Amino acid sequence: MGRISPSNILLLIFTLIAACAWAFPLYWAIVTSLKPEPEVVGSLSFWPQTFDISSYAFALFDTNLVRWYINSIGTSVLITGIVIMISMMCGYALSQLVFPGRRVLFLVVLASFMVPSQALVVSQFVLMHKFGMVNTWGGIILPQVIIPVVVIVYKQFFDSVPRELREAAKLDGCGEFQILFKLYLPLNWGITAALSIITFIMSWNNFLWPFLVTTSEEMMTVTVGITQVGDSFGVQYARDMAVAVMAAMPVAVAYLVFQRRVTQAIMLSSGIKG
Amino acid sequence: MRLKSRNRTVTALLLIAPFVICYLVVFAYPVYKMFAMSFTNAPLIGEGEWIGLDNYIRMFEHKLFYTSVYNTLYFVLLTVVPNTLIGLGIAMMVVRLKGWIQAGILVLFFMPYILPVTVVTQIWQWVLDQQFGVAQPLIEAIIGRRISVFRDPVWAMPMVALVTIWWTNGFNVLLFISALRNIPDDYYEAASLDGASRLQQFRRITWPLLWPVTALVLTLQLILQLKIFDQIYLMTQGGPFNSTYVLLQLVYREAFGRNQGGYASAVAVALFVIIVAVSVLQYQLLKARGK
Repeated sequence: MGRISPSNILLLIFTLIAACAWAFPLYWAIVTSLKPEPEVVGSLSFWPQTFDISSYAFALFDTNLVRWYINSIGTSVLITGIVIMISMMCGYALSQLVFPGRRVLFLVVLASFMVPSQALVVSQFVLMHKFGMVNTWGGIILPQVIIPVVVIVYKQFFDSVPRELREAAKLDGCGEFQILFKLYLPLNWGITAALSIITFIMSWNNFLWPFLVTTSEEMMTVTVGITQVGDSFGVQYARDMAVAVMAAMPVAVAYLVFQRRVTQAIMLSSGIKG
Repeated sequence: MRLKSRNRTVTALLLIAPFVICYLVVFAYPVYKMFAMSFTNAPLIGEGEWIGLDNYIRMFEHKLFYTSVYNTLYFVLLTVVPNTLIGLGIAMMVVRLKGWIQAGILVLFFMPYILPVTVVTQIWQWVLDQQFGVAQPLIEAIIGRRISVFRDPVWAMPMVALVTIWWTNGFNVLLFISALRNIPDDYYEAASLDGASRLQQFRRITWPLLWPVTALVLTLQLILQLKIFDQIYLMTQGGPFNSTYVLLQLVYREAFGRNQGGYASAVAVALFVIIVAVSVLQYQLLKARGK
């Protein structure tokens, strides 16, 4: 299929045009954010006639963006850490240990794939209210720490670690916790990295739950907070776009840097072993 | 020996405890609570009384419930199949490229999927702005006038669907690309030698071999799009004239807007049941594929 023929070149050009058209709204958002406000509504220029970064200054200094960043980074990092830790330990137990209720636990975790977490928001909110966790990081984090598919992916990967390594570690007198953290985890760094990145991106992007559980602007995450900017200052598109670009920056960079891991994680969590 | 096996059990329980405890508290209990609340007249916060099936009876008499079901299904219709086909089309174009060109083009197609929903809706509200939006000249060229897309009862839902497809398509592209790469080149070479045209190759080789992944993508899409809420809430708030009102939004309105925790739970149960039913179907498909 690698032959250079006229039809292949035609296909390449067509694909290129389609890709650029697809990504055009992103380009347009960035260009808009770099224009002064009068130019934004004045002309449809595809390149800023005058570069103006005052929209970014506005985003940083005149909104709660920095505060939202801190909330987003804090909660997303904690969610990721907790998800990976508890799912890895559970996956290890399911994969390597014999204990009463093992099969039941495995089936329950599998069945949980089907439960739409969106349908649970009302009762989860009631619960968080009972805990006094509305408008706290804890309230944002807790309902997001159960991701059943991560347990199953870990179980599958631990299943394929050779038994001999485990027997050898046992002879050296290692306990189960040591075997997990000094043998199984290092052997699966790649998959741990992939799952961490995708969990971080998903919790950064989560809208519905943080939106429900945070009512004060100080406690909002970036994803929820940026909707407040337009409301309180009226519609000014250069500012809106600057705020949007800043909100998307961390996940966009994470994706660009760790592309292969992101792809791998997406394949794994949809049941295709990558 | 007994002691050792008991020790092993204790270790195992220690390992599963954090997950199991979190699971019971923030997952299993809310599922139970949702069902329990749906049989009461509880407000969002506070206790209610058992009222049996009243919430469900009310639901089936509620006009907005039917509107929401209809709109949710309409949205599913507008997104699921188009999103799958567009994903397949893009994957087939991208998979024939090589090296860094392929990687670069894939980034352009995939990037929207990685963005937060609020960023996506803000960008599109600007792109489609009636007065200054860059897409309006295009719309004008096609249908002859500018439209305020999110305030027009006819256009609102298709536009939300369009934005959704743009946002979520990258996921489908990835799945299709990996499936296409798994088809050995020899198949196509052999077919070419036998004089099969590109179209014949697609119909006889690509499509049959791709069908399992296509079925997977379709069901994943179906489950995802049934849960539509974010884009609707951010772009149209269910309007104009409830023309984009969807199920999850009804849950949100009854619980947080009208303080009807019990009734909101009943609607949530309806959504829950629909999605679990579709998921069981998906599981059957995956199992069939595994054999």
